[in-house]
Amino acid sequence: MAKKQTKKQVKNKTKIKKIILKDTTAKKTVKKEKKTKKQTKISPKKSPQKKTSPKEKIEKIRKKKKAEVKTTKKPKQKEKKLVVKRETPPPKHPKPIEESPEHKKIRSEINKILDGRFLPLAILDDIISKVSEEQKLQSKLKVIISKSLAEYDKNAVDPSEACGIVGAQSIGEPGTQMTMRTFHYAGVAEINVTLGLPRLIEIVDARSIPSTPMMNIYLRDEFRLNSDLAKEVANQIEITRLNSIADIETDLTNLVIYVKPNMKTLKNKNISIKEVGEIIKKIRGIDAKIDKDSIKISLDDPSYKKLLDVNETLKDLKVKGIDGIKRIIIRNEPKEGYVIYSEGSNLEKVLQVEGVDPYRTTTNDIQAVGRTLGIEAARNMIIQEAHNTLSEQGLNVDLRHIMLVSDVMTADGTIRAIGRHGVSKEKESVLSRAAFEITVSHLLQAARRGETDKLGGVAENIIVGQPVNLGTGAVELVMKRSKKKE
Amino acid sequence: MVKTKTIEKKQLDILQHKLVPFHVILSEKERNEFLENYKITPDQLPKILHTDPVAIYIDAQPGQIVKIIRKSHTAKEAVAYRLVVESNE
Repeated sequence: MAKKQTKKQVKNKTKIKKIILKDTTAKKTVKKEKKTKKQTKISPKKSPQKKTSPKEKIEKIRKKKKAEVKTTKKPKQKEKKLVVKRETPPPKHPKPIEESPEHKKIRSEINKILDGRFLPLAILDDIISKVSEEQKLQSKLKVIISKSLAEYDKNAVDPSEACGIVGAQSIGEPGTQMTMRTFHYAGVAEINVTLGLPRLIEIVDARSIPSTPMMNIYLRDEFRLNSDLAKEVANQIEITRLNSIADIETDLTNLVIYVKPNMKTLKNKNISIKEVGEIIKKIRGIDAKIDKDSIKISLDDPSYKKLLDVNETLKDLKVKGIDGIKRIIIRNEPKEGYVIYSEGSNLEKVLQVEGVDPYRTTTNDIQAVGRTLGIEAARNMIIQEAHNTLSEQGLNVDLRHIMLVSDVMTADGTIRAIGRHGVSKEKESVLSRAAFEITVSHLLQAARRGETDKLGGVAENIIVGQPVNLGTGAVELVMKRSKKKE
Repeated sequence: MVKTKTIEKKQLDILQHKLVPFHVILSEKERNEFLENYKITPDQLPKILHTDPVAIYIDAQPGQIVKIIRKSHTAKEAVAYRLVVESNE
């Protein structure tokens, strides 16, 4: 059922896209008008909304969405507006694209034999490609499937297996090898990236900001093949402070500051002196006048202290770029074209920059991925980053262990750390806490608060002297009395 | 402010990002079938916040179950489910 639905959705979307493609050229001007109108509409609402809590915000957004659909009466147009900016979207959910009829036939046959039982797609695909190659095998399809089902069942994790401990050991053991060799840095081009054990700890700790944030910014077609365009995008992204493009001179006798931009760097960075002037004017309590190639800044109420203050703010004034992106390196990769690597990361903003391919650009800041792309993306990122740091050291840890770790870390919808006390924020049982540290005080505190212990963990069950709820300890024998009752 | 942000996100189809797997909301019928099939209660599932960017994008409400079709290195395609919950922040 679900699959059918998705297909339908995909179809609908493509339809919409087609319509848009036709309309875009004609409606471009109209869109711009609409946009400006929208902005003006929104601006008055800004102030009251700011103070509401995130919950209310989302409620409001949802209500608004509904209201919009109701009022416009033309939902199609609405949708167009939303999709308008999508550029050459890559194919939707990766359905097995166009199979040969022979493969299709075998697949449907296998599905008949499977009859609701489950085999992963990877195995099915393997079987299909093998069977289609050799005619002999086709008659034995039933045997093949039943054998692979049995084998799959045999290799699956048993119920109540302590997979977490197995995973921890499987990652931990090769981890000991890492400690000895790495505590230094290496990375793409000149950008330093934390690697080895420190990075692995960082990932598992779910730090809000990694020690060396970094982004891989991929570009869209035109931009990635043309070095000038790529440079332009890079200029948009890299943060440019006034200090680096202009000389700031303070005239203490007249209490005036002269900003003299370096024309060459200005041209290089594609900034006009007017723009610089506009940005400077936004500072409070000053007035800026643009002369030929310098900007004269005078204070509204001149004082020596104020002058120094303004001088400081001028030095750090952001002229262009995105906060957090400190340095940028453009490299020409074979096959791909120009790719931008950045020191520092700001995923939300970079995805909005024109020319950036928003569907491939990534950052090593897992929390940021979780914020902008959702919990599932964060899960994927944890797997990818952990696997890369391990395999970069030549350590082969089975991906399933890492997948388990990231599954646990993202299980409650937020990214939680796994430390030596277990998964953070998880309510720990009294007895296991007492078994770990300062036994008496933990027990006293628990008694005072009247806590209960569900005896779920290992330590608790050992303390009270009963089998641990794991492996063979987790099952009980139940006698089947009659078939009717089940 | 908030509104413009979501609209921008709508334009940027985050489901298309290579890190984001495919999300679908289960219909009422599918939901019941699914719970019946696995003999579980919804709260035993992993969670997804209703403030999650993807949840907002597909307009998932708390209480609904989202089906996620992940690309898996080991099984090519793996299906997972998450319960949409209200975030308590």
